Amino acid sequence: MTITVIVASLLVFSWKLLGYLVPERYVTPAVKRFSERVTVALLAALIGIQTLTSSGELVFDVRILAVILAGVLLALRVPFIYVIIAAAALAAALRALGF
Amino acid sequence: MDKVTQTSLSVSLATGLYGISFGALSSAAGLDLTSTMLLSLLMFSGASQFALVGVFATGGTALAAIISAWLMGIRNSFYAIRLRSEIRPTGLRRFLAAQLTIDESNAVHAAQSTLAEAKKGFWLTGVGIYVCWNLATLFGAVAGSAIGSVEAWGLDAAAAAAFLGLLWPMLKGKLPLAIAAMGIGVALTPIFGSGAAILLTALVAFIPQRSKS
Repeated sequence: MTITVIVASLLVFSWKLLGYLVPERYVTPAVKRFSERVTVALLAALIGIQTLTSSGELVFDVRILAVILAGVLLALRVPFIYVIIAAAALAAALRALGF
Repeated sequence: MDKVTQTSLSVSLATGLYGISFGALSSAAGLDLTSTMLLSLLMFSGASQFALVGVFATGGTALAAIISAWLMGIRNSFYAIRLRSEIRPTGLRRFLAAQLTIDESNAVHAAQSTLAEAKKGFWLTGVGIYVCWNLATLFGAVAGSAIGSVEAWGLDAAAAAAFLGLLWPMLKGKLPLAIAAMGIGVALTPIFGSGAAILLTALVAFIPQRSKS
């Protein structure tokens, strides 16, 4: 078990390191643009998955309301930390009420 | 506390505390405390860690577990490629930067408007999550479900809100990409599971975008 974990960890680390060690000539503008777009695409996918799914299934619950609240607060330029606290508080409160 | 420090610390807490879930899940899947902690200390990549533990939980082989975790880590390569020219780590710092290259540290970096803030955001978030994630993993593995679920505390919503806050400043000109990626990620999750769905979502980034005048 421990050996499996160490081998897998080294392999995962190899991806991270690869990006830093690959020779500069392979880091073309196209590769860089793709990397920027991957950042946006995966972050957006993470928001959707984190908000709308649980254990691989679609689940619509209080998270939707919490994320909508976060969106409204972000649009109003409320500082990041309050946005997160508000989202967590709304979700926790609604769940405590049985939603 | 300046803005980027505040952002880094709140992201570290909101997503780092998720380590409680990981620790609890990992023990439930039958991993001993050493293996669980090694995953958070060495692998330090949430998606890969959940993938590996998930394979074990469903009775999969060690090879299947290793391959799932490995595939899940591909995206970190692309994060590293965009980070290297910005934070320019040298020598041993490259290994440290590599280990701290994850969704959140890359996103906090990308969300800043100046180079100095971006660099600070990357390191602060990387170290912050590393500490929170590992302490939370230990807590989750030892205390298990005794402390209640992260859902009861609204932490799942907090993580989603944190991701949204990070994406917000990047949306200019990339809204169609973000909406497409979100739709595809959510639609594919019930079919392939969230890990594979995220991998497939990366393909959306290949679609060239018309430049706007």
